[in-house]
Amino acid sequence: MEAESPTWTGRVREAGMTVLPPERLLPDTQPAYVASWTYVFGVLTLSAFAVVLLSGFVIALAGPAWWHTSSTGHFVNSLHLWGTELFFFFMVVHLWGKFFMAAWRGHRARTWITGAVSFLISIATAFTGYLSQQNFDSQWIGGQAKDGLNASGAGAFFNVLNYGQMLLWHVLLLPLAVGGLIVLHVLLVRRSGVVPPLPVDEAKK
Amino acid sequence: MLRSNPVGAVIDLNGQAHYVHSGWFLISAGNLAVIVAMVVVFALAILLPFPGTRKKG
Repeated sequence: MEAESPTWTGRVREAGMTVLPPERLLPDTQPAYVASWTYVFGVLTLSAFAVVLLSGFVIALAGPAWWHTSSTGHFVNSLHLWGTELFFFFMVVHLWGKFFMAAWRGHRARTWITGAVSFLISIATAFTGYLSQQNFDSQWIGGQAKDGLNASGAGAFFNVLNYGQMLLWHVLLLPLAVGGLIVLHVLLVRRSGVVPPLPVDEAKK
Repeated sequence: MLRSNPVGAVIDLNGQAHYVHSGWFLISAGNLAVIVAMVVVFALAILLPFPGTRKKG
């Protein structure tokens, strides 16, 4: 038996190679059942997420008020909005597909949970985006949201009327959480493999 | 003369929102359209054959 590495970096590498060997991390083949449109929506969600992140980076360069004063800013802001619309559209269809094939089967509960939690945090990320528009719409949404959040007690820590706080949650904390969960979600899919379709009940045929 | 916003020519996104209302059920037309589109896309994803695959005879 090979001796354990004396350094933490070596131990992390060995653990990584055991849990996710390269051929499993970056596979070049998939099972035949993956050749279905229902399996496409996960990667479409990732693609839309990339558009949202890239357009968000560009908006961050010029600031959140850019879209009010520049047609280019308005265009990039629209890319950000419609990228988000597609992100949720594809994610919901992906969620439906995985729900109806009971994708938590075969020790895939953590894959399901990371996907569900990233969906919920994505909603919070989108809502803080609405609060960052710097217009009457965001002002009205903030005014309405504060009542519900204050009633729950969350308003003491999460003040939707504090523009600076909401902007930082929108551009830093929540995207980090969503991005981290998505990376974990994809790594768990790589480790356990793509969930197979539900078995056909021969007795009911 | 060409319109500068072809999508806006079809659906006015700047006007007041339209709502579908029946009894207790109330939803904006935009939200309803997105939900219907998701259901249609989901059904098509199940029904349409994936390119490059053949059914065994």
